[in-house]
Amino acid sequence: MVIPPDLRYTNEHEWVRVENGVGTVGITDYAQDQLGDVVYVDLPSPGTQLSQLAVFGEIESVKAVSELYAPVSGEVVESNGALADKPELVNEAPYGEGWLMKLRLGDEGEIAKLLTADQYSDFIESEAE
Amino acid sequence: MTDQPAADTLRRTCLHAEHMLLGARMVPFAGWEMPVQYSGIIEEHQAVRQAAGMFDVSHMGRFELIGPEAAALLRYVCTYDMTRLSPGRGHYATACRPDGGIMDDVYVYCLAKDRYLLVANASNAGKIRGWLREHGRRFRVEVSDRHTSTCMIAVQGPLALERLAHVLEPDFIKSLKPRACGEIEWENAFVFASRTGYTGEDGLELVSSAAAGPRLWRALLDAEVLPCGLGARDTLRLEASLLLYGNDMDETVNPLEVGLGWVVTTDDGADFLGREAVQRARESQLQRTLVCLKAQERGIMRPGFSILRSGRQVGKVTSGSHSPTLGGSIAMGFVPPELAAEGTELIVDIRGRPLPARVVPRPFYKRPRAAEERNA
Repeated sequence: MVIPPDLRYTNEHEWVRVENGVGTVGITDYAQDQLGDVVYVDLPSPGTQLSQLAVFGEIESVKAVSELYAPVSGEVVESNGALADKPELVNEAPYGEGWLMKLRLGDEGEIAKLLTADQYSDFIESEAE
Repeated sequence: MTDQPAADTLRRTCLHAEHMLLGARMVPFAGWEMPVQYSGIIEEHQAVRQAAGMFDVSHMGRFELIGPEAAALLRYVCTYDMTRLSPGRGHYATACRPDGGIMDDVYVYCLAKDRYLLVANASNAGKIRGWLREHGRRFRVEVSDRHTSTCMIAVQGPLALERLAHVLEPDFIKSLKPRACGEIEWENAFVFASRTGYTGEDGLELVSSAAAGPRLWRALLDAEVLPCGLGARDTLRLEASLLLYGNDMDETVNPLEVGLGWVVTTDDGADFLGREAVQRARESQLQRTLVCLKAQERGIMRPGFSILRSGRQVGKVTSGSHSPTLGGSIAMGFVPPELAAEGTELIVDIRGRPLPARVVPRPFYKRPRAAEERNA
């Protein structure tokens, strides 16, 4: 299971990468593996205001549906339009082309409340038990 | 799912070790620990639509009925007249309660006029065993439970027969017309085979001894048949509009409501369980009927979702998923008969979001058939 060390994580299995005040958000490799083949992703429109850990959309695989939680608060600046026709990108490249949305951070201090890669790794191990 | 037994109380099929070796993801299903997927549901689904896949279906109930009145017992517990089956033929039927509610949907194979194999759903195997034993007392028949002594593997797909010919005698495979069955010796074991399945594709269902099961499974792997799990089995059967007991029917549903009038034989005048109730239902107006729905926008219809018309709830989705073959979501569900016409526009409530869906012909997916099959 890939857990890049430079990202931060939620215990709902989202990741965020912050560059120049903009956070790119996706779901983790573990989450896509647990979900199985992703067939539909519902994402927010640009301009949507989100608070930390608010539900921002949902993701469906053949077998299951999961809600998506915003790792940090902010304003949505872009959703990944490629997922409308190729939702499988979430399975193929969860940390790359399968990203979900970008948002302008409201409070960079919130990052510190998220899990580090090591903490997230421990978390999924404890969840698997 | 709160009443699922813990993993250590789940039953395991004789192929459990094979699933572990292949890295399958296992889930509890009807009291059994079963593979839901190996490589991925969509890949497995496409393998069955385009080439050949196999499923461990050993969790399904299997009963052997032997005796001069085996056919008479089957006539009494099944809605279809199994006494018309010739040796080497099989037929689908429902088993109903006296009030017409469906106890189970079963497949019955005639091996000889005094020897039959009945295949029941895993979730109903205990119920059907009790039912056959209870009603079997009045007939000269011995009912044997073959659930744990045998292994069952379904091999399905357009290339299934071709790949099976690398494992079983090719002439034997060729001799099996659609819905036909037979037995053959294979590596000092007996294998029962029937040209039936639950995917909408051609193929065989095989029953061997539990001891020979893993060897048969590996021989099929060597013949390039892809292992497939319950996940793909569900999307395949839904595309073919094949009903799933517990979703699309249960003891509160009669065969006519789900379009199974064709497996209810009344013209032979014979008495069978549920006969009067189903006949009464035939003479009156249906209250609801199962329809096929295709989503007109993005979103996945799931079991239990409400079906709406003009803002009013008119029914419920019984089975629903993503369709890998057609793209988009497909579902089956109950609606009043006046809303069952093809083209009827309905709304499915996706967790509060209205999704337009249209009634479409059944089945969603029909495979291109070879001339040989059409004539059988």
